[in-house]
Amino acid sequence: MSEHETGHVHGAPAVAEAGASSTTFHLLFTLAFFGALGGAILAYTYQKTLPAIEKFAGEKVEGAVREVLRSPARLDTLYLVGDKLAKTPPAGVGIGDATKIFIGYDAAGARIGVAVDEKAPGFADDVHLMVGFDPATSALTGFKVLSMKETPGLGDKIEKDTTFAPRFKDKVAPLKGTKSVTTDKSTVQTITGATISSKAVIKVLNKAVATWQPRLAAYSKEGGQ
Amino acid sequence: MTTALIDAPEEKEEVIVHGAPPARPLAIDFWRGIADENPVMIQMLGLCPTMAISNQVSNGLGMGVATIFVLVCSSFLISVLRKVIPNEVRLATYILIIATFVTVADLTMQAYFPPLSKTLGPFVPLIVVNCIILGRAEAFAGKVGPMRAVADGLGMGLGFMLALLIMCAFREVVGTGTFLGHPVFGPNYEPQIFMIMPPGGFLTMGLMFLTMGWWGTRKADKAKAEHLKAQLAKAAA
Repeated sequence: MSEHETGHVHGAPAVAEAGASSTTFHLLFTLAFFGALGGAILAYTYQKTLPAIEKFAGEKVEGAVREVLRSPARLDTLYLVGDKLAKTPPAGVGIGDATKIFIGYDAAGARIGVAVDEKAPGFADDVHLMVGFDPATSALTGFKVLSMKETPGLGDKIEKDTTFAPRFKDKVAPLKGTKSVTTDKSTVQTITGATISSKAVIKVLNKAVATWQPRLAAYSKEGGQ
Repeated sequence: MTTALIDAPEEKEEVIVHGAPPARPLAIDFWRGIADENPVMIQMLGLCPTMAISNQVSNGLGMGVATIFVLVCSSFLISVLRKVIPNEVRLATYILIIATFVTVADLTMQAYFPPLSKTLGPFVPLIVVNCIILGRAEAFAGKVGPMRAVADGLGMGLGFMLALLIMCAFREVVGTGTFLGHPVFGPNYEPQIFMIMPPGGFLTMGLMFLTMGWWGTRKADKAKAEHLKAQLAKAAA
């Protein structure tokens, strides 16, 4: 430090000038010490809370899968390797990080459908859904909102309005939104005041079926169930 | 570094207590944050989180408890270590200490209160930049003993939570017709949705400050009248 830096700063408060008695080493040591102390406290807290956080995230996904596949008796997990589905995750990627889908079977062993998570832009941020559908017929078995930031009181009705999800029962993708009550298999009535958010949900559902159906078809052709 | 520029140690000792608040009983340090110097209603600090999360009473409770935890812990640590923290790096050190406690609060909330953590979203990590906390560290905790720092932190934290809860209760009851999720009106009540959105926040905050201002003026007027009366009585005697 040169003289003019430490001493005679014009207009500097008395406090700062008197504090210049600390050496550079002292300053570095203090910051390093508090950095290390903070790091140690955080490492401890992270280790203590990680199991609970992961358990909750896992439960949330599994609950959503069970809901959209209407309580399957058995679940299989498939992983995305490159552009193909496989029973094992790709090499070098942890089970938690791999992209995966779930296949649900009923008590008799017949396939109910598959659950995939997919997202598309809504009114505010991405609308992230767990989507359940039957790959053979493209019929939807259900969907559940995993995360969204739609306007409270309006757009968030896609999650909070309990009459919205049942409107998709047995509808067949690709879907279209409409403003009136409909019995058509490929149109769904949107929510008043939440048209954009409703259409975002429809977009996610269409995207999920369009993305995963070919992959599933390719997988079945190669002998997978 | 030339030795001539280094101040004598006794001068440095003086600097540490420079601007220190006058000695007062602990109870006064505690109550000041709740009433006379309420961080939100009087000092107008921490308005951003107050505005953002005050649409549900449960949010206010969660945010209040997290802030009290961070405020009390950081005030205590900063006060205990105030003599070893060099003046030049005090702000950086304070922020390090505060950020550590905020992350602890955030992780704990994610682990044990996941729904609350989800609704508060980024506002828990943002406690780091809540000016109430750095403000108290700089203005108070860094200059007094740990007992007073904790009393002050607890008072300021409770004052913040009180202001939050007043706003939350008003906005939730009017905006959704519920209190802590329980309906308070009949089924025919039409929720005033704008109250749980930003315009309702500004309106509620304005009403709160209006009430505080009116109350403050009234108190000042009363004191003035008493003073005049006393002077008149003195003159008459």
